[in-house]
Amino acid sequence: MSAIPALVAPEQRATRDAHHDRLFAGLLKACALLVLAALLGAAFATLWGGREAFHTFGWHFLVNPAWDPGNQDYGALVPVIGTLATSFIALLMAVPVSFGIALYLSEVAPRWLRTPVAAAIELLAGVPSIIYGMWGLFIFAPFFAEHIKPWLTNYLGNKPDDGHPSWVAAHVPFVGKLFASDYPFGASILTAGIVLAVMIIPFISSVMREVFQTVPTRLKESAYALGSSTWEVAWDIVLPYTRSAVIGGIFLGLGRALGETMAVTFVLGNAMELSASLLDPGASIASTIANQFSEAVGLQKSALMALAFLLFVVTFFVLLIARLMLRRLASREGR
Amino acid sequence: MDTLYLRRRLANALALILSSAATLLGLAFLAWILWATLRQGIAALDLKLFTRITADGEQGGLANAMVGSLIINLIGIAIATPIGVLAGTWLAEYARRTRLGETIRFLNDILLSAPSIVMGLFVYTIIVLPSTALTHGNTSFSGFAGGVALALIALPVIVRTTDEMLRLVPSTLREAALSLGVPQWKLTSQILLRAARSGIVTGVLLALARISGETAPLLFTAFGNNFMTLDPLDKMSSLPQVIYQYANDPGEAMHAMAWAGAFVVTLFVLLLSLASRLLFARKVSHD
Repeated sequence: MSAIPALVAPEQRATRDAHHDRLFAGLLKACALLVLAALLGAAFATLWGGREAFHTFGWHFLVNPAWDPGNQDYGALVPVIGTLATSFIALLMAVPVSFGIALYLSEVAPRWLRTPVAAAIELLAGVPSIIYGMWGLFIFAPFFAEHIKPWLTNYLGNKPDDGHPSWVAAHVPFVGKLFASDYPFGASILTAGIVLAVMIIPFISSVMREVFQTVPTRLKESAYALGSSTWEVAWDIVLPYTRSAVIGGIFLGLGRALGETMAVTFVLGNAMELSASLLDPGASIASTIANQFSEAVGLQKSALMALAFLLFVVTFFVLLIARLMLRRLASREGR
Repeated sequence: MDTLYLRRRLANALALILSSAATLLGLAFLAWILWATLRQGIAALDLKLFTRITADGEQGGLANAMVGSLIINLIGIAIATPIGVLAGTWLAEYARRTRLGETIRFLNDILLSAPSIVMGLFVYTIIVLPSTALTHGNTSFSGFAGGVALALIALPVIVRTTDEMLRLVPSTLREAALSLGVPQWKLTSQILLRAARSGIVTGVLLALARISGETAPLLFTAFGNNFMTLDPLDKMSSLPQVIYQYANDPGEAMHAMAWAGAFVVTLFVLLLSLASRLLFARKVSHD
């Protein structure tokens, strides 16, 4: 008689536990789906906000160089080119330097120096981007205007102070135009590219260092045993082994550079005009939004939202490639 | 033979010199940036920064911005932590090898570096616009909206660290608990999360460090307010937003205050990342 309640209780408990398990799993899954919702939501919100601009301008929006609130004529060409140019300059400078840093930290430096130097470089990655922006605005841009820009316009540009195009400008096509400028201040596409480069170097170099460390020691030591130099091991063993992840790291840096707002807004000059010169002020998508969104109404606001949608889509695909490339190495590692 | 050897030696020496130079260059920029912030920031430090508000202009301080930053960051972390920990737990414990789990983990990594200004516009669309319409303009931009925008940026950081930390918990712990008949929800919430606690706290600290310097998403959500407010439904200023505003101002006194604010933010962020490093002496990646 007394055995029956004792048998029932555990069964009830098992059902209750199963019920709680389902509830708990459902709650966790809902939270995880929020991540998905955030990404999709951001894409749809900007697309929806930009519908008026997309509807009004159509595909012409992408190639229209105008940004004219007076005539309600908006195009994405200037900020898109500004974004691409600054990010490209940043990559051009950041990739070799990051490779050097990663090589130094994984192969060259004495062992006791590796951890502190790596920590210092990562410290640079933690500095908020607005600090880069302030440093760029108050310290680097004046320095650039005073020391670097005159040199560039004199030796590479086609409009130096003495009126004669430089030797380089006279002999190499396009270069003269890239480095010609009448603009007296330090804010320019090149300045923004340099500040961005400083900002993404720690990201790229720490990814590269991490993947360099996954190269099996056996592989490297076999090469050393055959008489390879450190450089040959790095270039012919380490780099081919980690190629996809290195490209992934570079794309990760590119993703950062494309979407960065604060580090570039201060040093870009915010001119909505197309210019061939890297020393002229320009605009990027993020800086245009940051500068204009608060005061924008109607079609202008919609155009800014449309810009944000473009930026989001482009960075999404860049980061997608980055993660896929990074994952390739991880899957070969069996992780 | 000899020239080949010489050439290889030379190439090697050149590469080593260049790579050392690259490292020196990186460290030099780090030193330059930190030194500038330190020098200009300390020169501008003043007690009135902490007691006066931004409405007083050149004679004012940053008190309301600091309080606002604190409130907005707390809202952000308070929203992102539970969601992030639960989502990370799902990825690590319930969906380790499922297709949906892999997809979400992958997208979370993308969200990690998504442009923060787009997140600001997203929150503007889903919170600022509806609240303006619903309250007939009484509540438009708000500290709460700013907090949600920061939560979106903190979320992927917390999800990822929770996921990674739970994977480090040995499966013997799971098997031991399950063999004793512990239901899975109890196992997860009382054993696994406890075992991974220090790692998860590290993730939360890292997320806090990440969001406390964010400026772009706050411009169109919290907007800024020259007066002190504790009401999260009111417009609210924050340190990065005031730095942005003052740095764009032509006045020298404003620039000094912007540097002081930058110094405070940098110090806070660096101390936080130091604390998280000490708390969990494992290399945590920033990517």
